[in-house]
Order: sequence, then structure tokens, then C-alpha cells
Amino acid sequence: MTSVTDPPQGSFRLSMLINDTRYRSYTFQFIALVLLIGFMAYLGINLVSNLAAQGLNISFGFLGDPAGYDINQTVVEYDSQSSHLRAAVVGIINTLIVAFLACVTATIFGVIAGVLRLSNNWVVRKLMAFYVEIFRNIPVLIWIIIIFSVMTVSMPAPNAFRGDNATSSMLFDAFAFTNRGVYSPAPVIDGASGWIVIAVFIASIIGIFAYRRYATKKLYDTGQLLPMLWPSVALFFVPTILVYFILGRPITLDYPSLQGFNFQGGLHLRGSLIALWFALAIYTGAFIAENVRAGIQAISKGQTEAAASLGLRPGRIMNLVILPQALRVIIPPLISQYLNITKNSSLAIAVGYMDVTSTLGGITLNQTGRAIECILLLMLFYLTISLLISAVMNVYNNSVKLKER
Amino acid sequence: MSDNTSVAFVRTETLPQLPPPASEAGVVKWMRENLFSSIPNSILTLVSLYVIYQLVTGAFPWMANGIWNTNSLAECREILDGATGACFSVITERWNQLLFGFSYPSEFYWRPGLAFLLLFVAAAPVMFFDLPRKLLLFTAIYPFLAYWLIWGGTIYTPLFALLGIVIGYLVYARFVKDSFAMGFFGGVIAAFIAWFIGGYIVDAIAPAEPFLEAVQSRDMGGFMLNMTLGVVCVSLSLPLGIVLALGRQSDMPIIKWICVIFIEFIRGVPLITLLFVANVVLAYFLPPGTTFDLILRVIIMITMFSAAYIAEVIRGGLAALPKGQYEAADSLGLDYAQAMRLIILPQALKISIPGIVNVAVGLFKDTTLVSVISMFDLVGMIRGPILSSTDWNGVYWELFMAASVLFFVVCYGISQYSQWLERRLATDHR
Repeated sequence: MTSVTDPPQGSFRLSMLINDTRYRSYTFQFIALVLLIGFMAYLGINLVSNLAAQGLNISFGFLGDPAGYDINQTVVEYDSQSSHLRAAVVGIINTLIVAFLACVTATIFGVIAGVLRLSNNWVVRKLMAFYVEIFRNIPVLIWIIIIFSVMTVSMPAPNAFRGDNATSSMLFDAFAFTNRGVYSPAPVIDGASGWIVIAVFIASIIGIFAYRRYATKKLYDTGQLLPMLWPSVALFFVPTILVYFILGRPITLDYPSLQGFNFQGGLHLRGSLIALWFALAIYTGAFIAENVRAGIQAISKGQTEAAASLGLRPGRIMNLVILPQALRVIIPPLISQYLNITKNSSLAIAVGYMDVTSTLGGITLNQTGRAIECILLLMLFYLTISLLISAVMNVYNNSVKLKER
Repeated sequence: MSDNTSVAFVRTETLPQLPPPASEAGVVKWMRENLFSSIPNSILTLVSLYVIYQLVTGAFPWMANGIWNTNSLAECREILDGATGACFSVITERWNQLLFGFSYPSEFYWRPGLAFLLLFVAAAPVMFFDLPRKLLLFTAIYPFLAYWLIWGGTIYTPLFALLGIVIGYLVYARFVKDSFAMGFFGGVIAAFIAWFIGGYIVDAIAPAEPFLEAVQSRDMGGFMLNMTLGVVCVSLSLPLGIVLALGRQSDMPIIKWICVIFIEFIRGVPLITLLFVANVVLAYFLPPGTTFDLILRVIIMITMFSAAYIAEVIRGGLAALPKGQYEAADSLGLDYAQAMRLIILPQALKISIPGIVNVAVGLFKDTTLVSVISMFDLVGMIRGPILSSTDWNGVYWELFMAASVLFFVVCYGISQYSQWLERRLATDHR
């Protein structure tokens, strides 16, 4: 008869800190912590003595001072007498604008190219492979500069649009591509009734989603198939157009026109914005194409065949069987590509687009000399964005995770 | 027998085989199946052919009419006389600046060139496992040799650096039988002592006229700078990334959280902000009076950057290993270091190779970002000295095409190698 005995409970000896696996991890962590604190203290002492030697200090008071420089693309009110903080906010908004535009466009490019790479058509397949390989293997900075050069060097100057025998003409009399950027018509919202039209439009989009949910629920409950496409299209157009005309066309377009040396009115998209936008979109689009292709290929052929043997039509196989499974594979890398776009938009500084890196990390830093504070704030901004996007991704991953028992 | 007579005609010999119908064979069948199988497919084909036609007719005359031997854009335009044509003479005239930067002494171009060629010899045994293992010895020497070739100066500096590593390895080999930790830390300490002492010896015996004349770091530029940064940072970040990945998987909460915070912080900020740190902030955190090479500062920051990404890739590899591998290692009685070295890491690294190569390619492309902090790498050279010179002001396409070709060749080559390696290493699911 044997009995289980406890391990010997000897008294604690100092050598157990190294040799006993129960205590060893505490020793290692203690050493790591001491080294880390020592390293930080070393950096901190260096920082303090360096700052003292140069008569500097760490203070964020400079954010309240007048910035003294102009920003060529502002959405919120800003002039050169506004504070550095406001300049940073304008930069943040500009970063978000270009990141949003590039995310949308990159998704479109990427999905089209990714699907076409799996096409049966040999020419299309090869053309898309060419696109993906060319854009993935050349640095995005080079693409940004190339497109910026196209925008500034190859486009005609505004005065080429002048006169009876102008060398350039506006597209549809509405869009002008010049070396100072692209001018396009801008919507002008006329008072409260204009906002009512927009509100109706948003409400009808919500209505479309509500209707589709209702139709799906009805289908599952009763088996009755309601029409989906036509009511959605009708909901999308009819109420908005009705309200638009009833209220007497409160939204008009402001067309750009050539006055003096330049175009006036309309929406002015600068060459730097367009270069950054399109370069990020086509570069990241090539990566997204690969993600989409991998996602679709990850779904085994058996799924398609099983769905077909149930009698589903090809369109339904794609919508009901393949896409829901493929999206589970595609979306996480897609979101990290969005994160990459946001971070890569900091390359704006190479073409003079006034994003947060150019305002806070560029001009403000150079004018005030507050390098540590500016870069700290800059990093905090990007960290916040990326942590937010990671949080969204985790929520999504948990919601689509295969529910296994 | 007589029945045969009622049949009018019976063929007595076999007919020769006929070729299949023209629509079911060869090019026609292929085109019908691949290009024109349905109406939308045909439209797609026609649209793509039109795009290809536009691309070719747009680019071909421009390339074919290219001028290769003038001294300025104005002369190019004179020769072209209004016709479309590229002015490639900017590449023939400024190739040295594109490759080596504008202040690397031209009589020493052979040194980085030789270092570049030897890079292939050094990388070969790592990349292709069939080559004799003895070549790895050269790979070990290569970093010191390349440093000596590119930066020049006294040979004793890299020699004593190498000596420090050798001493460290000998100490490690002596103690590793007792315990891995003892061997590792003993080796590191021995190497540091050797370097410390070696520093004084080098100062004492360094000749005034070294065999290879020293070149300042700030004279580096062009594609050479991109290559140097890429190769150095990737090789340095690999071990750092492994350590970070292991730390993140560790059971020790403090070590785990240090690694998590480091990785997530670095991955959350753009590389440009880290380069800004290298350029303007890092000096504040160093002891007063130390002057640190900008290239060295940039290498430190880029290495940290890529180490964080590589750590995440390796963490994926570690997580993908079946739990049974860890348990098997434990049940054999291996300790942590042995289990990692002998069982876990070889398999985890194998899984991670495609991801690591992706990070390496991305990092190599990102080395162009140093042009933003006014270092003259390939992009910086083009945007700075070459495009702003009076001779070549306005030659955008040719220069950026040259840069694109250089990057494309390297990046595409690496990714093709990675795919080959993936197929080669696929030892399961045959």
C-alpha cells in the first residue's frame, strides 16, 4: 500500500530562487522589472539633464498659442491666428477624410480585382495578377509621388481652359482637371428644407434595412417570399425625390467656373489629396485583392457543390453559402488593411497634404521646437485610432466566430 | 456465308483518325472556353484587351524612342524634336547617384558593390538547404566583412567585434551543458567584456592610414542605403521578434505585459512617427554629449518597428502548433529552453516563414520613408539632388520608373522565393 506523499516541505533556501521552478519565475520577473525600471530611469535622467542643459521643459502650453500658419484644406473654421491645438484638430480631420476616402476606394478596387483574379477568363485573370504584383511590390511612397507628379506636371494649368480656342475643356462642363487640383460641383444646402431632404434620404435608407429585415423574418416565419429588389430601389429613390421637388429643390449644385487666374466655386480637391487618396487606394487595393481571393479560395469546393445539389441557383449559392463563410476569412485582414491605410496616410507629409503629421508633427513642431510633446501627441492619436479599430475587429471576430460546442 | 452478299459494302480497313473539329481543338477551343464562354465574359475580354492595347501603345513608343546618351533634359528634347520619347540618359548619367548617393566617393564604388555580391553568397546557405553547411561559416563572417567594406576604416573594429562574438560563443558552449540560461547570459557577458576591452585595444593599435579608407555614414545614399537598412534591420529584428513573441506567450505576467505593451505600441503608430523620434527626439534620451549617427538611430527605430511585426507573425506560428507538441516536450522532461530550441521554435518558425517574408518585403519598401527625414535614399536622391538640378528638372517618369524597377525586382524576387520555400517545406498533407 502506497500513499501519496506531499513534496518535502523544506525550509526556504535562497538557492531555490534559481533552482526551484516554483520560485524561479518570480526571480526572472523581478530581474526584468528592475532592469526595465532602471532603463526607464536612465532615459528619464538623461531627458531631464538634456532639457535642463538646453533650458527647455515639457509643457503643453504651446497648444494654446496662435499657430501662425495657414492650412490649405480646412473643414472646420481655421485661420492663421487659431491655436496650434486647432491646427492639430484640422489635421486630424484631414487625416480621417483621406483615410475614409481611401478605405472605400481600396475596398472597391480590391474586391473587383480579387474576384476577377479567380475569373475563368484568362486575359482578365492575367491582367489582374499584373495589377496586384505591380502595385504590391513597389513602395507606396513612390506611388504617391508618381500620382502627385501626374497631378501637378501632366495636368493643364487653369489658363488652358480660357478663351475660344482653349486647349483643355471641362468634363461635362462640371469637372475641371487642372494642375492645381480637380474642381467639381459642390452641393449647396439651402436652409432647413435642404436638411429635411437629407433627413428623408437617411430615413429611407434605414427604411430599406428595416424592410429587408421584415422580409427575411416573414420568409423564415411563414415561408412567404416578399420581393426584395424593387421595394428597395423604390424606397431609395422615391421619397427623397418627392420631398426634393415638393420643397422646391432646396439642394443645388455650385459649378466651378473660370474667373481670373483660377477656378472659383465648386469643390476643390487638391492634387495632394488626390495623389494620397488614389495611391493609398490602388496600393492597398492590391493587398485587399489578395485577401479576397484567399477568402474565397478558403471555402472548399464541397460547399458550392452541396449548395448546388440542394437546388440553389448560382447567385444564391454565392449570397447564402459562399459569401457568409468567405467574409469570416476576409474581414479581419480587411480591417487591418484599413488600419494600414490610416497609418500610411501619414505619408501625406511627402506631398504637402495637411494631415495631422504635417500640421502637428511638421509645421507646429518646427515652429515651436516642442519635439517631444508634438510627437507624443501624434503617437497618441494614431494609437487611439488603431486601438479603436482593433476593438471593432475583436467585436466582429467574436460575433462571427464559429459557434462550436 | 451467302448472307454477306446481301450487304452492299463493308469497309474492310479501319478509317484513319481524323483531327477533332476545328471548334473543339487548339487555339479556337481554348479561346472559346477561356475568353468567350459567355456574353459578359466576352465583354470583359474585349475591355481588357482594350486596356492592354492602350497601355502598350501608350508606353511602347515612349520607351522605344528613348534617348540614352545626352547630358541634360534640354538636349534630349532637342533630339526628340517634339516626338514622344523617354529621356533615359538621366539614368545613364546619374546611375551612380541613384545607386550610391551623391557623396559616396566614386573610387570606392566597388566596395558596396562587392558587399552586395557577397550578400548572395552569404544568403545562399540560409535560403537553400541543399548547399554545403560549411558555407554558413561565411554567412557568420559576412556582417563584419560587409561593414568593413561599406564603412571602411580600420579592420580591427569588425575583427574585434567578431572576436567578442566568438568568445561569447565559446563561453556559451562551455556552460550550456549545465543550463541554457547560464550559458546564454555567460556568453552575453563574456562578449560584452571582450568588446569593452577590444575597444581600448583597437584605439591603441588602429593605423592612421587604414587599408580601406573610412567613409562617413552621412555619405551613404541611394539604393545602397535602402538595401543596407533593409538587410540590417530585418536580420536584427528576427531574433528580437522571436524573443518578443516568446515573451508574449510567457506565463510570467510582468514579462508578458512588457512585451504586449511594446508590440502593440509599435504596431499602433506609423513608421514615420518612429523616424521622427529617431531624427529629433532620441537625442534627448541619450547621455548629454553623445553624438549618435543618424543612420544608427534610424536602424534602431526600424528594427524595433519590424521586430514588433515579426513577433506577431511568430506568435501566430506558436499558436498554430498543436498543444500536443508542447505537452510532448514537457513529458520528455525537457526544460523550457530545450523545449523551445528543439521542438517548438523549429516548427513554429517554419509555419511563420511566409509571414516573416511578407514583413521583410514590407519593411524593405518602407525604407523609402527615410527620405521624409531628409536622408538621401533612392527616393530622396530622386526628389532632392537629381530633380532639383538644372539639367534634369522635370524628368519624373524615367526616374521613378527606374526606382520602381529596382524595388519591383527585389520584392518580387523575394516573394517568389517565399512561395517556392512554402512548397518545399510543405511536408504534411501530401
